[in-house]
Amino acid sequence: MGTVDDDLLRTLVPQVIGVLVRRGNDFATAEDAVQDALVEAVRVWPQAPPAHPRAWLLTVAQRRLVDVRRSEAARRRREEAQAEEPEPGPTEQADDTLLLLTLCCHPSLSPTSAVALALRAVGGLTTAQVAEAFLVPQATMAQRISRAKATIRDVPLDRPGDLAAVLRVLYLVFHTGHRGQVDLAAEAIRLTRQLTLASPEPEVRGLLALMLLHHARDAARWHEGRLVPLDRQDRSLWDTAEIAEGVGLVQSALAQGRPGEYQLHAAIAALHDDAATWEETDWPQVLGWYDDLVALAGNPIARLGRLVALAHAEGPAAALAEHAALEDEVGTTAQFHAVRAHLLELAGDRDGAAAAYSEAAGLTTSAPERDHLVRSAAALRS
Amino acid sequence: MPRFLLLKHYRGGPEHHHPVVPMDQWAPEAVDAHMRFLGETSRMLEESGELVEGQALHPGRVYVQYGGEGAAPVTTDGPYPETSDLVAGWYMVDVESRERALEIAAHVSSGPDQDGNPFHEWIEVRQVMDGSDPGEA
Repeated sequence: MGTVDDDLLRTLVPQVIGVLVRRGNDFATAEDAVQDALVEAVRVWPQAPPAHPRAWLLTVAQRRLVDVRRSEAARRRREEAQAEEPEPGPTEQADDTLLLLTLCCHPSLSPTSAVALALRAVGGLTTAQVAEAFLVPQATMAQRISRAKATIRDVPLDRPGDLAAVLRVLYLVFHTGHRGQVDLAAEAIRLTRQLTLASPEPEVRGLLALMLLHHARDAARWHEGRLVPLDRQDRSLWDTAEIAEGVGLVQSALAQGRPGEYQLHAAIAALHDDAATWEETDWPQVLGWYDDLVALAGNPIARLGRLVALAHAEGPAAALAEHAALEDEVGTTAQFHAVRAHLLELAGDRDGAAAAYSEAAGLTTSAPERDHLVRSAAALRS
Repeated sequence: MPRFLLLKHYRGGPEHHHPVVPMDQWAPEAVDAHMRFLGETSRMLEESGELVEGQALHPGRVYVQYGGEGAAPVTTDGPYPETSDLVAGWYMVDVESRERALEIAAHVSSGPDQDGNPFHEWIEVRQVMDGSDPGEA
C-alpha cells in the first residue's frame, strides 16, 4: 500500500462501520459501503494521502450509501436525517470493535465464514487480501462473505454477543499464520489487543498473552521452511519484548481468580518462554498447570500435552501407562502417536519411537508437521 | 477450512455398479447435458463460497523420467494396464469438513449419463496437505 499507514486504515474500518450503523444503516449495507471506500483508499491514498483519513473514509462510504439508496429510491422513498455527530471517543471505538466482532463471530456462522467476515469488517482487509490469505479465488471469498452477512441479517446490533465465540475465531486467525501479503498472526494479535480495551474479561487477556508468548518464538520455530521443535530452538532468537508483555498479561489475568483455557495455556507457554534452556524447564510447575487445564477443560488434546509434562517431571513409565487409555478417544490423531513417540524416545525405545513417529506422519494433514515427523523417525533409525 | 481434491476419472478406481459407456459413444445432446452439469456444479460451488478451482484434463498422457547427466528425458506413452487410473479432471474445494467434501463428491457423481439418468461414477476424494503450524506448548 505504499505510504498508506496500513494499521491506521484498518483501525478506521470498524469505526466508520460503527458510525454508519448508529446513523440507522443496517450492518450489511454499511459494511459493503465501507469496503468500497477501503478499496478506493488503497487505490488513491498512496498518491494523495488525505488530511483527515477517518473523515475521508466516512465521506466516501456515505456517498456510496447515497448511491445505493438513490437506485432504490424509485420503489422506496425514504428521508434521511443526517445529524452531525461528535467524533467518537476511545470508549465508543472500543465498544464498536466489541459489537462488530461479536456480530461477525455469531454462533450461527461457521468458523470459516466468521473468520472471513471478521477480517473484512473489523480487520479492515480487502476481499482480495482475505481471499489471498485463505488461498481461494476472490469471487469465492466474496460469495462466502455475502452469505455470512445474509445469515446474520436479523441479529440485532445493540449489545455484545458471545465473547467465547470471538476468542475462538481470533485464535483460529492466529493459527492460520502468515500467508499472502497479510500476516494473519500479527492481525489476530492486533484485534485481540483492541478487544482487551473493550472487555475486562481475563480470558481476553489470556488469549492475547498466549498469542504473544507463541509469536515470540516464531523466528526460532521456523528454519528454512522447516519446523524446529521447542527443545532445539535457538532461544536467543526469541522476542523478549513480546515475552515480557505476555508474561505480564497472563499474571494480571490469573490474578483475577477466574482461570480459563487460554489463561492456563498462556501460563504453560510462559514457563517455557521463561526457561533459558530446554533442560531448565520447570516441569513440575508445567505439570501443575496442565493438571488445572485437564480439570477445567478435560479435552483429550490437553491430556496428551499433560502426559509430556508428566513424563519429564516424573518419568516416561507413568505417562506411557496413562497414554494407552486415550487410544479410544484420540487414537486416530497424529498428536496421539507423536506424543507416544516422544514418550517412547524418553524411555529409550528407539524402534518403538520411530514406528510411532511414522504412524503420526501418516495421519497429519500439515505438510511441515509431516516432514518433521518423518525426519524424527529417520533420525531414530539411522 | 480443509481443502479437498475431487477427482473424476476416464477409467480406473473401484468397479462400476453398471456397465459404463465411454462418453465418445454418447449422443451429442447427452454429452452437452453432462458438460452443462459440470459447469453448473462449478457455479454452485462458487456461490456457496467453496470453489478453489475446476479443471478438465486431456486424456492423452506421457510418462517422463530423468535420463541422466546431459541425456534426453526418457519417455513412454504405454502400453498401460487396461485398468490403470486415468484422471479426467477435478474440482478443488475449500470446505468446513470432510463430510461436506463427500457430499459435494456425491453431487458430482449424480451428473447425467447417456440416458439422462444419474451417472453414479466413482469420484476419488483426496485431502490437500496444508502448511499450517501444528502448534506447540
